[in-house]
Amino acid sequence: MSVQKFVRPSRRTLLQAGGALAAAAAMPRLAFADDQPPIGTWPAGSQGDAITIGITVPRTGTYAAQGEDELKGYQLAVDHLNGGHELMRAISPKTKKGVLGKEVKYVVADSAAKPNQAVQEQGKFISDNKVVLMTGSTSSAVAVALNHFAQREHVLYVTGISGSNDTTGKDCVRYGFRQNFYGQTAAAALGPVLIKVFGKNRKAAYMTPDYTYGHTVTKAMNDYLTSHGGWTMVTNQVSPLGAPDYSNYVTNIGNSDAEFLINVNWGHDAVLSTQQAKQFGLLNKMKLIIPYQIPFLAKELGADTTQGVYAATDFWWTLEDRYPLAKLFVDTFQAKYGYRPEWGAENAYMSFALWADGVERAGTFYPPAVIKALEAGHHNDSVVGDVYFRAADHQLVRPVIIVRGKAPKDMKNPEDFWEVLEVVPGAGLMQAPDAFGCKLGDYT
Amino acid sequence: MLSWSNFVSQFFNGLASGALLALISSGLTIIYGTLGVLNLAHGAMFMLGGYAGLVAFQATGSFLIAVIAGSLFLVVFGVVFEFLIIRRFYSRPPEDQLLVTFGVGMVLVELVRWGFGSLSFTVPPPSWAAGVSHLSFMFYPTYRIVVLGIAAAALAVLYFVLYRTRLGMIVRAGIEDSTMVGMLGINVDRVFMLVFGIGAMAAGFAGIVNAPVVSLTPDMGEAILVQTFVVVVIGGVGSFPGAILGGLIAGEILSITSMFDPAYSEVMLFAAMTLVLLLRPQGLLGLPSRE
Repeated sequence: MSVQKFVRPSRRTLLQAGGALAAAAAMPRLAFADDQPPIGTWPAGSQGDAITIGITVPRTGTYAAQGEDELKGYQLAVDHLNGGHELMRAISPKTKKGVLGKEVKYVVADSAAKPNQAVQEQGKFISDNKVVLMTGSTSSAVAVALNHFAQREHVLYVTGISGSNDTTGKDCVRYGFRQNFYGQTAAAALGPVLIKVFGKNRKAAYMTPDYTYGHTVTKAMNDYLTSHGGWTMVTNQVSPLGAPDYSNYVTNIGNSDAEFLINVNWGHDAVLSTQQAKQFGLLNKMKLIIPYQIPFLAKELGADTTQGVYAATDFWWTLEDRYPLAKLFVDTFQAKYGYRPEWGAENAYMSFALWADGVERAGTFYPPAVIKALEAGHHNDSVVGDVYFRAADHQLVRPVIIVRGKAPKDMKNPEDFWEVLEVVPGAGLMQAPDAFGCKLGDYT
Repeated sequence: MLSWSNFVSQFFNGLASGALLALISSGLTIIYGTLGVLNLAHGAMFMLGGYAGLVAFQATGSFLIAVIAGSLFLVVFGVVFEFLIIRRFYSRPPEDQLLVTFGVGMVLVELVRWGFGSLSFTVPPPSWAAGVSHLSFMFYPTYRIVVLGIAAAALAVLYFVLYRTRLGMIVRAGIEDSTMVGMLGINVDRVFMLVFGIGAMAAGFAGIVNAPVVSLTPDMGEAILVQTFVVVVIGGVGSFPGAILGGLIAGEILSITSMFDPAYSEVMLFAAMTLVLLLRPQGLLGLPSRE
């Protein structure tokens, strides 16, 4: 009998219930968050008129140039958040000024691309500045360390540049999110192009920096080219980060019968190793491939070295011809900093924008609510079109850009180093979310 | 990558890169051997020589002028550095010396970064030494072969100055007993200032000679400093011939190990240093009295 009562409500009751539901839906997470005990820097970090973000980028060492570019991307994003810039609002539609109406401030420290230094500095930011978000890395070793630190401290972390499969693989965490492409997607996007252009059963020498980024990118490339194209790895020259000389490594490669030099080194290490490979005459007899493109590489090496080189990347400024938001980003960045942004700056800007959108949608800085908002599968417009975070491993599903180095005579301006060949949609490039052992961990 | 041709190639490469390491290390060992100061700014001075040469090269387009400018700039820098700072630390504990030279090194690196940015710069080799030479066993950059000769010549000159001239005799006497040398009426302060200038010049000379082999960045001295320390520890701290021997040994270890497993090149270098410290703490050519 009582069941019948419930299935026959009056119209007034229905309207009242519907109204209550709608009101609850309008701010459900706020009510949810307000009832929670403090966690991480919440609510202390967001009780005033401003919130602070902790940024650790390498400003010294072999990745310093890339770190500075990354920092500029963060700074532009903060400007755009506080000013309610149209680019920011296009990516994060609920943004007005600031984040949830609070001014965004940031603090910066040099990580020197060293995990312990980055963790130490972010630890200071948490205790001194009550940062609500941590970011920055130009080394996956740093990204992985900060991932685990974020999970322990319950403070959100969006990675800076990090190409290792591990960052959203075996070292993924609930509190970490990655915007940029990585070894697996680079290999799956670039591999077919290489096999199509150069054919099957070729011989390649690899140069690999000796840490998580290098090993996973080399493995991803080699696995793809071996299984799909019958390519062979004839030698893998593993070197420490910041090696002062590569002559012994390139000598080994010179004495191999490699037809391709796949250089996975990064930052200044990539510049120096490529330069020395050229000095030893290697680039006359083998073709250079850069699986994970390096900001400023072409500028430092010169187009005569990078012409014809195939690379995978997160962003290149000529995408402004394809995406309106890319044009807006390139124009505003160039107006402020005097050069066209590299992909480190793009990754930095997008990471902040997507985080801000997550907070705005959550309606609170309460970290578990923000994480759930980012995990909701919400699609955002971006400088490379439609993107969304994969809930199971916190990796952004986004295209990978395949580029080829232009010859000096084909460059239309001094920064016109790469020609965009393909924009490969991301979803089909990615492994199953658990394939690299990702277990995200708890919300609280 | 084990093959006879690769072994010969790596042996030669070890010799060439070892000679360069010896040249870079010589300045460090001259200063320590004479003044007893372990100069942690040595890597930064090496970098500074490269940048000073770069400025001269950009202004004149001449590699020779760049080499002269890089060396002279560091002589002046070394003399001023010694006069203003180092001489106040001779009688202070070694940890004070380490801290002050480490600090000056950081200031130098950041000043260069402030002036030039973090992007790297290239100094091309002179046109007659550009390109690749075909040795019977391998292709080798012509300039690196030239550097082998330059390093050998520079080390020979330094050896002559230290062992065959009156100045060298005073310097070596100063190493043994500076008080006694002073009592003989020799202005030890001036000699020490000169020695620091020569040590700095060796760093600067190596910096600009090395520039076409690498690309210049403000941080380039950091990794080199570590390797030069290994070189002088192996060869004997403060021993000039030891720096040459240590440099060649280090170059060969890095090259030959990489044939077997490149990831272990640096590990083997430190393993060799540990072995020397265990079996002959004063280094291969060092004297026990010099610590």
